[in-house]
Order: sequence, then structure tokens, then C-alpha cells
Amino acid sequence: MNKYMIYLNGKRCIGCHGCEIHCKSNKNLPVGPQLCEINHSVMVKVRSVPKTEFAFRSCYHCEEPFCVPVCPTSAVVKREDGIVYIDQEKCIGCMACAGACPWTIPQLNPETKKAIKCDYCMDRVDAGLKPACVTKCTTHALKFVEMVEK
Amino acid sequence: MKKSVYSICGMCTVRCPIRVETEDNKVTWIEGNQNLLGGALCAKGSAGPALVADKERPQQPLIRDGARGSGRWKEVSWPTAYDYITDKLQKIKSEYGPESVVLSSRGGPWQSMYKSFIHAFGSPNYTNHDNTCGRNTHHASLSINGVGRKGFVYDIKNANHLILFGRNMFSSLRIAENLQTLDMLDNGGKLTYVDVRQTITGLKSTRFLQVRPGTDYALALGMIHEIISREVYDAEFIERYVSGFDELREFVKQYTTAWAAKECGVREKAIKNFVSELKEDMPKVIFHPGWNLARYKDSFYASRAIHILNVLMGSIEQKGGLIIPKGPGDCGVKGIQNIDYSKPDIKRGDGVGWKYNHFDKGPGLAHLFFSAMESEDPYPIKAWIAMRHDPFCCMPDPRKQEKYFEKCDLLVSIDAHYSEFGWFSDVILPESTYLERDNAICVQKGPKPRFGRRQKALEPVNDTKPSWQIFKELADRLDMKDFFPFDTMEDYWKWQLEPTGFTLKDFEEKGFIPLSDKPVMYDPKELDGQFKTPSGKIEIISKKLSDAGLPSLKEYESPIRPPKGMFRLIVGRTAVHTHGHTINNPLLNELMPENSLWINVKAANKLGIKDGDLVEVASESESYAGTIPAHVVDYIHQEAVYMLHGFGREIPLQTRACHAGVSDQKLMENKLDDWDKAGGGINLAEVFVVVRPSIRNSARRVEL
Repeated sequence: MNKYMIYLNGKRCIGCHGCEIHCKSNKNLPVGPQLCEINHSVMVKVRSVPKTEFAFRSCYHCEEPFCVPVCPTSAVVKREDGIVYIDQEKCIGCMACAGACPWTIPQLNPETKKAIKCDYCMDRVDAGLKPACVTKCTTHALKFVEMVEK
Repeated sequence: MKKSVYSICGMCTVRCPIRVETEDNKVTWIEGNQNLLGGALCAKGSAGPALVADKERPQQPLIRDGARGSGRWKEVSWPTAYDYITDKLQKIKSEYGPESVVLSSRGGPWQSMYKSFIHAFGSPNYTNHDNTCGRNTHHASLSINGVGRKGFVYDIKNANHLILFGRNMFSSLRIAENLQTLDMLDNGGKLTYVDVRQTITGLKSTRFLQVRPGTDYALALGMIHEIISREVYDAEFIERYVSGFDELREFVKQYTTAWAAKECGVREKAIKNFVSELKEDMPKVIFHPGWNLARYKDSFYASRAIHILNVLMGSIEQKGGLIIPKGPGDCGVKGIQNIDYSKPDIKRGDGVGWKYNHFDKGPGLAHLFFSAMESEDPYPIKAWIAMRHDPFCCMPDPRKQEKYFEKCDLLVSIDAHYSEFGWFSDVILPESTYLERDNAICVQKGPKPRFGRRQKALEPVNDTKPSWQIFKELADRLDMKDFFPFDTMEDYWKWQLEPTGFTLKDFEEKGFIPLSDKPVMYDPKELDGQFKTPSGKIEIISKKLSDAGLPSLKEYESPIRPPKGMFRLIVGRTAVHTHGHTINNPLLNELMPENSLWINVKAANKLGIKDGDLVEVASESESYAGTIPAHVVDYIHQEAVYMLHGFGREIPLQTRACHAGVSDQKLMENKLDDWDKAGGGINLAEVFVVVRPSIRNSARRVEL
């Protein structure tokens, strides 16, 4: 079972897109790829106040990811804690993973010509820290949740 | 080598505390200071390293090599640029006197250095950008409370009710303030939001009042009427600290809630319910008196009315109310020292302090120098040094400004970015970015005051310099050798801290020096001496205003409706850009490369405009027009269109931003003289624009 997930507290989210830039800045990504995103729903009046819902999406880190078996060089790996990542050394940039993913989540880094995707900033997680988007969320709306089986 | 440095962000002028990790002079991690913000940073803050790496910023001094604005530049060394500037300054000084030189900056905690420079040079003419920002609010607060707008901080976290008049705080993003507001809402607090459109801030509100543009004052008057007639005010506080309450009561009799509701286009019941809530919530009620209120012709009076609402709540120095900011003295600590040169005893070129006696003399009013340039009255203005200030992007009608600035013999821009003014100027001195420069230690006042410091995280990657060094080196060449008698910022910091008993080591643990562990509060029953008005009371009737021939309680005048086929232009901010500063930042530009025009769905239908269509927006006489996509929404008033400020830039070296979007200030044709004689702010929302579907939406397109 996946050990982690990222949860967005919609009551605190202000749709500022900080998470997207925290991610890009941490991963040193050029213009183009974007590993997480905030979506704004169309405004609807709730008790006479027009409201918008915000949704956060990065990678679902599927229990049975399609991107893993399809990779010809076994660069896409699911770790024991559930994190699905792409080994940049092995990746040849064929983008088979993106084709297999129902949401086309893996993207091409135009600078390295390799596939990249959200890995929950596993280097940070392994160092006892939280993903960049969560650590620096402008309003502390994003939480990095560790799931426990009961 | 790996390093971790505490500093202060510089992507906008909120200046959030940050921590930066670097390796081999490259940023590897940047976050909000964990000790103050729990790591929180905004998109702009994280895009800081992209600014450092961006080659589309000035990288060495440039001297104009063609007509002004032609974009022809000669790359020069620092000594050559300094010589060019100082030769001209000396010549201007001997020919016209030192007062012919104006220096403008953004303002902020480090302005004393820039102010001292121009004072030491011999000119009283220091100014800043506040005529297009907080002057109306500032002067409103001064006239009532005797202290400026920074004379209070807001204990939002502990409030029961926060009321915002068009203050879109989740877009202007003062992170600490935003965290407080969300904490307050999490704790069941209420947020009443007043604006001409629904914003990200309004989304979080518990009550949204969409008003007709320009009627904030009417709504505030209606609220005051209801509060007084139902006696929902702190009578004891008013009795003790306030003068002029009886005049106020008489004055607002005419402004009933029924009248206000009709004038603003809101339901009367909403105002009445609101006042009922206040009854339960006071004194933990905060009416935010506005940040940028350089908007309507009566914004100064609207801000005064909002300040009066706070007074009625008796919320001053109450938990969850308006707190008087405490400084080192309140914590038994001596303050830091700053270089300081007193203002030369020459009257200001903008008339503030002798022609206009009701304004704060500190930074004067930048736009009033233009008439002096034109008429040479009281004396000629021959040079303008813009320190991180972009008059062309701040103030209306840059084309008209160009005509005035043409009368100057020297225009200098000191900035980490190319500014629109810089592009027109004679010399661009590239300042190092905030990650590459040190700034002076500053006092951050509040209930828990502290000393803060911006410390460079990187060595400059280009041939740029920090502002302190630029001014020091200019001063050395101008025979002002005593101006900054320090060789490094570290020496200056040490000198600044001398009286305090602290040392630089004390910054290391948290990135700042805390002066108190817990909030320092005065006794709310012992506030005598806190209001620096002539009478020492909170004055609803101000003699300073009467002396200037201005009423303290001004009769309301309904704003005019836009002429047929036109809309009132409302401008604002977003969480992903800082005015014109960040439009060209690679990461932020990717998020928002151009602005759009918000238009009400009914108004759009009449014009045949659908969401996403391109529309042409033109100034009143159509001398400037631009094309942007329409954002058709329900929740904007039909008289208004809204766009984000800062776009429509015309600097070719900013390839991402050049000609992207529409510039609001270029749409503000002939509006340089449309300013508030009572508050001093430019009326940035007294502007009408033409909107029509763009011919570029054609369904057919042939390629030949």
C-alpha cells in the first residue's frame, strides 16, 4: 500500500499557484514541464457568496501503475513506500510512460530530453523532510500525509 | 561549498523573511523562514533564483547611445557610468542649484540611505511611489489618529470580524497576514469583503458586497449611520479619546442604510445584518483602512470613514483589534542607528510643506514635480534619479511624462530589472538582485518587534552592485566622502547595532533578532499620548484640513457613470506577479504571460463578446489601444472592466514581456493631473476605456 499522499485543505487554499513554482524551482525545471497543478472550478454562489473550489494534482502514484511495466529500460520504478519515480540515468526519453498513463502525467524535460514526473521529492522525504510543494505552501493548505494501515 | 543564509525576500515589497541554501554560488533551496512563516513562500518567492539566472536583466552599466527611448545603449564600466552621472550632477548643481535634482525610490525600510544621499547632495527633493499607493490612507490616518497608516498593525488572527474594502489580500500576498486571516477563519471568524468584483480574497469571505465602482464611501457612511443610530459603538472609548463625535452623528443622519444600499447596489438587509454581527463581534473587529487607495476622487474620505469605523469599535490596543506597533524602546532596548542627513532648508519642488501644508513632508508627492519641470516654478527640475522606482509604470500616461522628463538633463535608473523609465533614461545602473546583495539592518515594529536583515546568499553573477555601494561610490565622486564612511556592509551593520547591545551573531539562530518573546501591549485604558494630533485626541474634525480649506466630513457625491460604450477601468494585483517587476520572470511569465480583461457577462453579451474572445481596449481618445482576451464573468459590476497592472511593457530586451498584454497606465490618458487634493493620491480608478470585440477574432484565415 502507498505510504504517502498529498492532501489539499481547500478551505486554506488561495489558488496562488505557489506549489507549482516551488516544485519547478526545487527540480530546476525549465519553461514547459509542470509536475503539479492547482485547478480552479468555475465560481458558484454558495449562501450568496460566489465561491471557487481548488483542486491539487500531481501524480497519483498508482497502486498498480501502468507506467512501470511499459518502460523499456525499467527506468520507472515503484518503491516499497509506494513512490513511483523515474530513474534519470536509465530513462531514454521514449515517453512510453506518458502514453501508458491514463492522465499523461509523465512529461518531457526539454533540456535533458528525459521523462520526469512527481516523485514526492523523494530525496527530501528520505532526508526526513517534506515535498517542496508542501513545505513551502503559501498558506499551509497542502499536507504530506503518512497513511497507516489499521 | 554549501551554505545556508537567512535573508529577506525581494520579489515584492512585502519583504517576507526567507532562508536560502546555496552550493557553488547557486541556489539549491529557498523557503520562508521556518521561525516566522513555517516555511511558507509564494510563487514569486520561489521564482527568485530564476531572476538571478535570467540574462534579460541589466548586467553592466549602460549609457544611452541614441535618442531617449530609442533603445540604443553602450555597455560601459562602472567608473565611466559614475563619471557620466557625476559630471552632469555637478553641472546641474552649479547652474541651477542642488535642489534641481529629484531622487525617487519605492520607499520601504531602506529608504533612509537614498534620502540621505539626496539630502547630503543638497536637495530636499526625495520622493517615492506612494502617490500611486498608500498616500490617501496614510493622510487619512494622520488626519484622524495623528499617526500614519503604519501607526497600527492588525491583530487579524485574534479578530472576530475582518472587513476589507477592496483590499484583495490573497493576491497582494503578505504571507504572515494571510496566514493570520486563514487562522481567524478556521477559528470561526468572519470576513466581510467589499469590491466591485469577486476576487480570490472575496472567495473566502462570509459576506460579499459587490458595490458599484466608486461607492465605498457611501457604504462606509451607511455603516456609520447604522452603528451610531443603533449605538453599536464603544461609548467609553469615544468619550475618553475622541473629539468631534457629535458632529459625526449629525453628519451621518442623512446617510441611511436604505440610501447607502441604493447608492452601492447592495441589499439594505445585508448592511443591517452586518451591523448586528458587529454588536456581537466588537471590539475584536478590524476595518482594514486600505493599502493602495489611490483610486477614486473620494478615496481619502472613504479611508477616513473606514478609520472612523475602527474608532467606533474601540478596537485600538485590544486583542483582535488595531495594535500600536512597538519598537525597541518598548522592550527596553536602544534602537539601531542609521545614517541620516537632515533635509536642506529649501522648499520642496513639489510644493509639499509650503504650498500644500496638509501633506506629510517626508516623501512629498512625485507627480507634482511635473508641473515644476514645465513651469520651472519654484525652480527648474533638471535631473531625476529613480532608485528601484518606475515612474512610467507607476503613474498614468507615460507618454505625457516623457514630455516632462525631456526637460531634464539627466535621467538615471538604478534597478535590478529593466524598467520602462530606465529604458527612456540616460544611464542604467544595474543593482544586484535581492539574493546577491546586503541591505541595512531594519527595525520590524509590531507587537513582537525585531531587527531584520537582508544578507546576500550569492555573490553577484553579473557586473552589478548593491545599492549601498552605488550610492557610496557616487558620493565619493561628488565630494560627499562622509556620506557613508564604511567599506563593507558588515562594518555598517556593526555600527548600526552598537547602541543596542546586540551583535551580528544574534542574527544567526533565527535570521532576525527578536526583541520580545511575547506581545507587548499597552493598557487600552491608558492610551493618552498615543495619538499625535494637535489635541492629543482622535480627531474626527481636523484643523489641518480646515486650514487647507478642506472639509473633515465631506458630503457624498455620487460617482459619474461611464459614458455610453465605455467602462470604468479597475486595476489590481495577482498572486503570481509583482506589478511590472516580474512579468519577464521565466517561471512567472509561464504561469501568466499576459493580462486579460474581466467584463460582466451582461455587458459582454451586449457587445457580442464571449469568454476567451480577443477584445480591443482603448483609451478615452483612442490614442493607445491593445488587444487581450476577455474573461467574461458574472461577478464584476456592469460599469467596470478589470485588468491586472504591469503588462503592456515595451522593452525589447525583455523578450517574454515585450508587447504582452495591455498597459493600464497607458490607458490612463491625461490622468496625471487627476489627483486627490485632500489625500494626495492619484485617482487611478477615475478612468474610462472603450471596449470592443477585436477584428482579430475572424473565423477565416488564409495563407498565401
